[in-house]
Parts: sequence; C-alpha cells; structure tokens
Amino acid sequence: MTPSQRLDATFAALADPTRRAILARLAQGHASVAELAEPFAMSQPAISKHLKVLENAGLISTAQDAQRRPRKLEAARLGEATAWLEEYRQFWERRYSALDELLGQLQAKPPKSSRKRH
Amino acid sequence: MQALIDKAEVSLPSDTEIRVVRDFKAPRTLVWQAHTDTTLFQRWIGGYPGWSMPVCEMDVRTGGKYRWRWRMDESGQEFGFFGEFREVDAPAVMVQVEYYDPGTMGGAMDDSKPTINRTTFTEKNGVTTLVTLIKYGSKEARDAALSTGMTDGMETSYARLDKLVAEQQQGG
Repeated sequence: MTPSQRLDATFAALADPTRRAILARLAQGHASVAELAEPFAMSQPAISKHLKVLENAGLISTAQDAQRRPRKLEAARLGEATAWLEEYRQFWERRYSALDELLGQLQAKPPKSSRKRH
Repeated sequence: MQALIDKAEVSLPSDTEIRVVRDFKAPRTLVWQAHTDTTLFQRWIGGYPGWSMPVCEMDVRTGGKYRWRWRMDESGQEFGFFGEFREVDAPAVMVQVEYYDPGTMGGAMDDSKPTINRTTFTEKNGVTTLVTLIKYGSKEARDAALSTGMTDGMETSYARLDKLVAEQQQGG
C-alpha cells in the first residue's frame, strides 16, 4: 500500500461510529472480541466485520495470546491520520473559539453602567 | 452519555464529505443568530489579525443569496465565498450551495464547483451541538480542501505577512 492508499484505508475505517468507539476502547488497553462487542447491541460476528476493516487499515492488530486473541491499537497509524487532519481541524477551531467567546459575551450579564463593553 | 465537545472534531463520513462538530454552552437561537446576523457573524468567522471583511451580505431564507469577502489589509489581497441558501429552517437547519471566490489569490481550489454545506443546530440541556457537513463534488476536491484549500488562502498570506514583517524589521 502506498502512503496515500494507507490514508484512504484509514479514513474509510474511521468513517464509522462503531469502529471509532472500538478504537477509543482499545486506546485504554487490549480487549478480546467479546469485550469489544459488549457495549454494542451487536453480535460478535458483526463486531468481527468491523475489526477486519480496522485490521486491514493497520489500525489494530492481534496481540500474542493464541487463546484470547486480544486486539490492540496501532497508535502510530492512527496518529498519521490525526496529524493530517489537524491543520484543517485547527482552522475550524480558531473560528469556533471566537464564536465561543462571542456567545459568552452575548450571554453575560449587562453591566450596571450604560457604557457597553467591547 | 456524551461528553461536551468543546474543541472542534473533524471526521470523514464518506469519500466526498467532511464533518465538523462542536458544542457551545448557549441556546441554539443565539448560535443561529451568530450565524445569520451579519454584525455578529463577522465577529467570529474570520477574525485574523490583518484581515478585514469588506463584504458580508446574507439573505437568510430559502433561495436567498450570500456573499463573503476577506481582504488582507497589508497587501490588498482578497478572496471569499458566495452562494445561495437551498434550505433555511430557523433555528435548526441551513443548507447552502457554496462557491469559492478566488479573488486575487488564485490558489488550488476548484472555483467552478460548489460544495453543499449542511449545518444543523441541536439544543439539549442548554448546550447547542453544531454539526457542519460539507459535501464536495469529488474525492479529489475534498482531499484538496483538507490538505491545502481551506487554509491555503489565509495561511499562505499569513506566512507572507510574517516574511514582510521580518524584512521590515531587518531593514531597520
């Protein structure tokens, strides 16, 4: 896979809320398929399908334990995708921080004096 | 139970879309107002030092048009966006067909194809969740916007301004 194809596979894998939740859980440590399926109203085969997508993208792998086969997060690969989006995210966050501040000002109690604050 | 999204989150729901989510501790009528009142809108949409917004027109109704233009005071360079409101359902939803106006900047964005931007305002327990979904005409256009398009105009000129300031400082 070229780096560009890898990024595509990563973003396709991330474009699903269940898979994002699985990654969030694995960020806290290894987990078996049963443990990963538990919070969702979803069968293990259904979860396994999601795990396959994540594995193909290289975002998770199987840790050494032939019996339990716990999955683990491949943080570096996830980090690549996050870094690539970061500049774009900051573009929006700058505006939204300014909006946050404006909304705070608009909701603040008006001062007792008649002079308006800017 | 979902935690407060107090920093913008970006995701890619499909090959041609970008989704941005952010929570605000304010009623949605106020967040809507900040998006549709031109005086308020200007106070957050492009508050970069050295940039002004010489044009900010919005006719917020279905079929209404809008036009935004930013200007870098130092160089006089300008760029902007314009388009039409396809759907307006205050204070819950607005859908815009948006075109990039390259102005004097040139740049990498495809200025002939619009994006469809859908913004929803959902309030719960005094918190408004703002979701913006931007749909591009192609994966290439979406990826270009992610990597250079949205930031190119502002960041490139910001770098130029930095350089200009540095040169002036060296010149004494």
